[in-house]
Amino acid sequence: MTAPVIELRGLARTYPGPPPVPALRPADLVIGAGDYVAVTGPSGSGKSTLLHLLGLLDSPTAGSYLLDGLDTSKLPDRDRSALRGRRIGIVFQAFHLLAYRTALENVLLAELYNHTPRSTRLQAAAGALGAVGLGHRLDALPTTLSGGGCQRVAIARALVNQPSLLLCDEPTGNLDSRNAASLMELLDQLNSGGLTIVIITHDAAVAAHAGRTVTISDGILSERIRAGHG
Amino acid sequence: MGRPGAGLPLPRLTVRDTAAEAIAGIVQRPGRAGLTMLGTVLGVGAFVAVLGLTATGAGQISRQFSVLEDTTVTVADNGPANDVAPPGTNPRIGFPADADVIADHIKGVVAAGVWWPVALPEGTNFSASLALSGEASQTVNLLAVSPGAVKAMVPAMVAGSPLSTYENDTAQHVAMIDTSTASALGISPARLPSHPAVFVNGIAYTVVGIYSSAQRVVSGGSAMLIPEDTALADYGNPQPGIGTQEEAQMVIATKTGAAEAVSREIAAAELPTDPHRLVVTPPPNPLKLQGEVNGDLAGLFLILALISLLIGAVGIANTTLVAVLERTGEIGVRRAVGARPRHIAGQFLAESTALGTLGGLIGTCIGVGIVVIFAAAQNWTVVLNPVYTLPAPLIGTVVGLLAGAYPALRAARTSPLAALRHA
Ligand SMILES: Nc1ncnc2c1ncn2[C@@H]1O[C@H](COP(=O)(O)OP(=O)(O)OP(=O)(O)O)[C@@H](O)[C@H]1O
Ligand SMILES: [Mg+2]
Repeated sequence: MTAPVIELRGLARTYPGPPPVPALRPADLVIGAGDYVAVTGPSGSGKSTLLHLLGLLDSPTAGSYLLDGLDTSKLPDRDRSALRGRRIGIVFQAFHLLAYRTALENVLLAELYNHTPRSTRLQAAAGALGAVGLGHRLDALPTTLSGGGCQRVAIARALVNQPSLLLCDEPTGNLDSRNAASLMELLDQLNSGGLTIVIITHDAAVAAHAGRTVTISDGILSERIRAGHG
Repeated sequence: MGRPGAGLPLPRLTVRDTAAEAIAGIVQRPGRAGLTMLGTVLGVGAFVAVLGLTATGAGQISRQFSVLEDTTVTVADNGPANDVAPPGTNPRIGFPADADVIADHIKGVVAAGVWWPVALPEGTNFSASLALSGEASQTVNLLAVSPGAVKAMVPAMVAGSPLSTYENDTAQHVAMIDTSTASALGISPARLPSHPAVFVNGIAYTVVGIYSSAQRVVSGGSAMLIPEDTALADYGNPQPGIGTQEEAQMVIATKTGAAEAVSREIAAAELPTDPHRLVVTPPPNPLKLQGEVNGDLAGLFLILALISLLIGAVGIANTTLVAVLERTGEIGVRRAVGARPRHIAGQFLAESTALGTLGGLIGTCIGVGIVVIFAAAQNWTVVLNPVYTLPAPLIGTVVGLLAGAYPALRAARTSPLAALRHA
């Protein structure tokens, strides 16, 4: 058995009030390398909260989060930053692209903080945009791209540093069914290449692509083990 | 590498990338960048313009009065070492009869000559020709002048001509008066061809020239000039000795820069047997003079420039802070892709510093432009002190750096989560 990529032990997050919001109640979860996990649940149930914890953008109020076997709560900020930059790719619910930068520049941004020379970075950024099917729109501004286009730029940005873990918050929420389908195809492809994926979604069809489905309801995390999975 | 952390290379941002990000941040909002810089542009511009104008103006002032002072040497007759003259009579003047010619032979001398104030008894009466009415009081200074002295004074003639060598050598009773004396005596320049005369205690002097102003000796106050030899014949030798204000003096107009050399040579040339009898006064040091004029104004204007710089700093600080609040989403994204707080701080600091520097550069150009245009309009020579002008853009840099410090700290402290939720 491969070492787990993610191991949550009683991980919890309560937003300080008033009144305090227990957005994520103590949860245990193990995600192995190459797993494809869908997180579903009603709005406000704590899905994004979980994703931000997994992405090291937030710190838990209780429990521990082991990433690649490292207890992240014991790491100084510089190492958490390094992990965010190298190991984790995040696709946000709202994309968060820089409006005044081109598609290429938005992707280049993710490479700004690693030690590679600019020519290498340019090559990687163009490659990542090519891989999501945007090789012909490198100089387009986000405002001139469709929702699907922006989504692809955001994915290219998340993938350009070749992370081992991809976190996606509602990646198909803004897409029509055709765009959603091609995006899911892309994620399937990446997963079969060995990438560990955690994807938040409301959409049962999207969740069906994932090997595992985790449900959150009122901050309580539970997993329904599907037959045939193992 | 022995580090207990993730073992990953730490995120880092090179200086070059920081600069590139800062420039991208400015360029993508050119209008706002311009407005943000305005305060610094004005501050640095005012600083450079004000100091430049002060220096240029002061340079002009000292040039105006140094051109004359620079080129004027005076020599006073201190009298003989042992006063051997019989009581009641004054000794012969220390300058030889051909003093003007001797001085003219010294390199750098433009004109030189001897003069002295003629001592007149109390209640001396000056009046115009008997046919004319008008009377001037003792405020008229009667001066004995050699032809060379008249030349060195550079009188601006309005009628007639300056006293000539011939008139001196033949001790004629002629005089040169200034316009105010002329009008006090009722002599109009137009009437000069009819040979009006001035009577001094009954002795008539024909007015041969009227001047409006002069550069040396008689530049202020009314005066009546008569030939040196005429004065000797009519009133005897002048009183020697420094401090009496009545001793014979030599006034020398020199070429620019020649005054020092002339000062050194003149005494020995005029009086080789007793050079120490002559007391030479070289011109004051022009550099010292200029420094004195500069000091006062510069201090005051420096304060004004500092105030405008302060306003510029507040402007940059304010806009940078707004930019930080407005770009929290960007901060979150950068943190999410690995940026450390110091990288975020560095980026905003670099942006404000670049804005300040740019503002400083533009302000310096504008300031220099103002000085150049103003100087050109006044026909002045531009004086720009490089000590103030060259580092002026750096003032903008410092302003931007200081102004960006607090916003950058705010940006660095923004938690990535809060930043992303906000957007
Ligand atoms: N910073 C915060 N401070 C206080 N409460 C918060 C904060 N962020 C989220 N919450 C609350 O925590 C709960 C879970 O929020 P979260 O964003 O994780 O839900 P979600 O499942 O992602 O919802 P959606 O499907 O609408 O995106 C919500 O009730 C929300 O209001
Ligand atoms: Mg959410």
